[in-house]
Amino acid sequence: MDIFGSFALLLALLAAVYAFVAGIFGIITRRTLLTKSAQHAGMAVFGLVTLAVASLEYFFFTNDFSLAYVAEHSNSALPWFYKFAALWSGQEGSLLWWSWLLSIYAFLALFLNRKRHPELMPYVGVTLAGVQIFFLILNNFVAAPFKVLGSMDPAGAMHVARISEGSGLNPLLQYPEMVIHPPMLYLGYTGFTIPFAFALAALLGRYPGEKWIHITRRWTMVAWCFQGIGVLLGAHWAYAVLGWGGYWAWDPVENAALLPWITGTAFLHSVMMQEKRGMMKIWNVWLVFVTFMLCILGTFLTRAGIVNSVHAFAESSIGGWFVGFLAIVLVVCLAAWYKNRDYLRADNQLDSLVSRESSFLFNNLILLAACFATLWGTLFPVLSEWVTGAKISVGPPFFNKVNVPIALLLLFLTGVGPLLAWRKTSFDALKRNFAWPLAIGVAAGIVAFVFGFRDLYALVCLILSVFVALTIFAEFFRGARVIASRDHANLLSAVGELTMRNTRRYGGYVVHFGMVLIFIGISGTAFKQDLQKEMNIGDRLSIGPYTILCQNFDQLQNDNYQSERATLEVFKNGRSTMMLYPERRFYLASKVTATMVAIESSPLRDLYVVYAGQSPDTGKPVIHAYINPLVKWIWFGGIVVVLGTGLAMFPDRRTALVLRGATEKAWSGASAAGSPAVGAAMQRSGGDD
Amino acid sequence: MKARGKFVIGSAIIVATLLFLAYVGFTQSKTYYHTISELSTLQGSALHQRMRVSGDVRAGSIAHVDGRVNFVLEENGKSLPVSYVGTDPLPDTFKDGAQALVEGRLTPQGEFVAQEVQAKCASKYQATPPGAAGASSAPTPSTAISRPGQS
Repeated sequence: MDIFGSFALLLALLAAVYAFVAGIFGIITRRTLLTKSAQHAGMAVFGLVTLAVASLEYFFFTNDFSLAYVAEHSNSALPWFYKFAALWSGQEGSLLWWSWLLSIYAFLALFLNRKRHPELMPYVGVTLAGVQIFFLILNNFVAAPFKVLGSMDPAGAMHVARISEGSGLNPLLQYPEMVIHPPMLYLGYTGFTIPFAFALAALLGRYPGEKWIHITRRWTMVAWCFQGIGVLLGAHWAYAVLGWGGYWAWDPVENAALLPWITGTAFLHSVMMQEKRGMMKIWNVWLVFVTFMLCILGTFLTRAGIVNSVHAFAESSIGGWFVGFLAIVLVVCLAAWYKNRDYLRADNQLDSLVSRESSFLFNNLILLAACFATLWGTLFPVLSEWVTGAKISVGPPFFNKVNVPIALLLLFLTGVGPLLAWRKTSFDALKRNFAWPLAIGVAAGIVAFVFGFRDLYALVCLILSVFVALTIFAEFFRGARVIASRDHANLLSAVGELTMRNTRRYGGYVVHFGMVLIFIGISGTAFKQDLQKEMNIGDRLSIGPYTILCQNFDQLQNDNYQSERATLEVFKNGRSTMMLYPERRFYLASKVTATMVAIESSPLRDLYVVYAGQSPDTGKPVIHAYINPLVKWIWFGGIVVVLGTGLAMFPDRRTALVLRGATEKAWSGASAAGSPAVGAAMQRSGGDD
Repeated sequence: MKARGKFVIGSAIIVATLLFLAYVGFTQSKTYYHTISELSTLQGSALHQRMRVSGDVRAGSIAHVDGRVNFVLEENGKSLPVSYVGTDPLPDTFKDGAQALVEGRLTPQGEFVAQEVQAKCASKYQATPPGAAGASSAPTPSTAISRPGQS
């Protein structure tokens, strides 16, 4: 089976090389048959990499530890879902996983568009094949997953080593989220290859108009959404597993995953400028290029461990390959842009500072600033070593100082931007749309101040969150009211109707609302508390509204680990409310100790309890308790963002407008009355996709 | 064109503010990486900077004294006494022989006072390369047999 997998990978590389070379010749000679065969080869890569992945999984599931990779990352007592996930727990496997996910995307992109865009698709196929060649070279020659363990007999001949047990999966990865977090993140990383391929193809082929943006809009949203899910799941994993009471440490690998998401966010917004107004063409092309390069960089940082990180589970020397590939991508992008720069001339100019355009420009400016600052901070140890010879790192204060104000400014724009008109917005319109939400937001801030909120950023965040949430509700309400009065329907079904009529706009609002929830959750950090105490049975610890009573310490054992467990009874306001069981597990195969945090989560706050082991001085068990306010809002907000993204990908329901001519009157009446929501929805109903 | 000018001014203000904040954050949190052998060559202000040093924890050197944890880091034959004064519990991976990264400052006596300690189990997650000494209980592959398509 190992030979089978190796050959599948080798054939996949050959297929990708063929897709690349034949694709280029197909474009030059304009021979359709050649182009077709190149695209078929591109699709075949998917089948071949799938075989390789399946054969590696076969090794994991049959506990065949003759393969070095399996012996290092699994053991027979491991539960089956972790055996499945062990595939991507090390370098070789995760690069194979990358190739496989990319091949799925490439297959879908080629297959779904096989009858469309005949001018564009050959270039897309070549670009995708180029990226696949790079990763398949790594899979075949640099980080090959199908190496078998060998042993030498006394005569000096090599044999396949017979090992009956593997050394086990890293216990930190033995957590349910680790089964889904890496696939999600990698679906994000790989997914941005598709918009990149289309953008480069459109530029190289001088494909007319904004069509590549229309084609890739949903692809970008899929990648963006997966990337976001991946980042949040990673944060949740760090929170629930690492046992330090937080979820984000500005760790290089966390940053690396965040960066493409930030530029992807900027791209999703700025493409609207190009679609509606023909502006920012160069900017958009470069945003996609940069996003893709950041994805490669992210993979590289995760895998190569050039910067110290708690997440860099697999360190290696493949860095040079990635730097080389990034350099090639950069050169290709620069050349393609320089040669075709006349094709990217803007159709329009900025008309007013108070307009939708300028809100998008500011949005992009500060997103890029956040991206740049984070990238700078992440790579600073490397950069400073190159430039001055001294390796200097920067810590969370740097990232927080820059990114917190940026985030608040973004939150502000989230409320303001969507309600500004294109070109120019009058002062009256501003007053009408924003006076009440802003007043209520400030009122909420004053109330919070009176009740003892003193953290400036948290206070600003609260005011802005209320403001943005209200503007979003007002948008839904205004639009729905028009539909409700016209159809004599109730307001709730009118909201549904309104949303389905312009899913992109209203799905976007739902995403914005989810982001507001995430912001509220993050602002809870300002009110965090923690307390560490040595506790014997019968001792008590008080934190926030909780009192923790230590009831028992015991030990558990199964095939995979043995664990020390604390049994804690939690009282809230004097009443017993729950039991918590934080543990310390010792994993038998890997001989590593890991902490199992006990978390009691409620919308207002999490009680987060760590059993920190026995105090070396006194031998007493140590309990570390944290109160983390509002953390649940972050995860819930993430779900809302995902739902909103899904909504925005739905096709618009347009038939109602076409079939019922009478409605036209009601709509134009409404927009004349100055409701920007309905007016804008009107203008757009025909425009999207 | 007026709108463009205003936009440029607005952007300049934002960027300048962010640069200032970045500078403040940078000076507050910058930390120098040093190897243990470099520490003895440091002079002047470089001695008082916040720094990060990595090394292997000397077997048997971990001692808990008055709420502090003392241990010795080793790298290429040089050693550094470290005293951990932080409040967070030490990571589970911190034990004899582990690779540790300590962050803190150097005392005039040459002891390193660490506020943070990160540790990585040296040999667990990567197979020990042939010939390298490792405390791993993992089945150490003596070598790997090449298969078609692999180097």
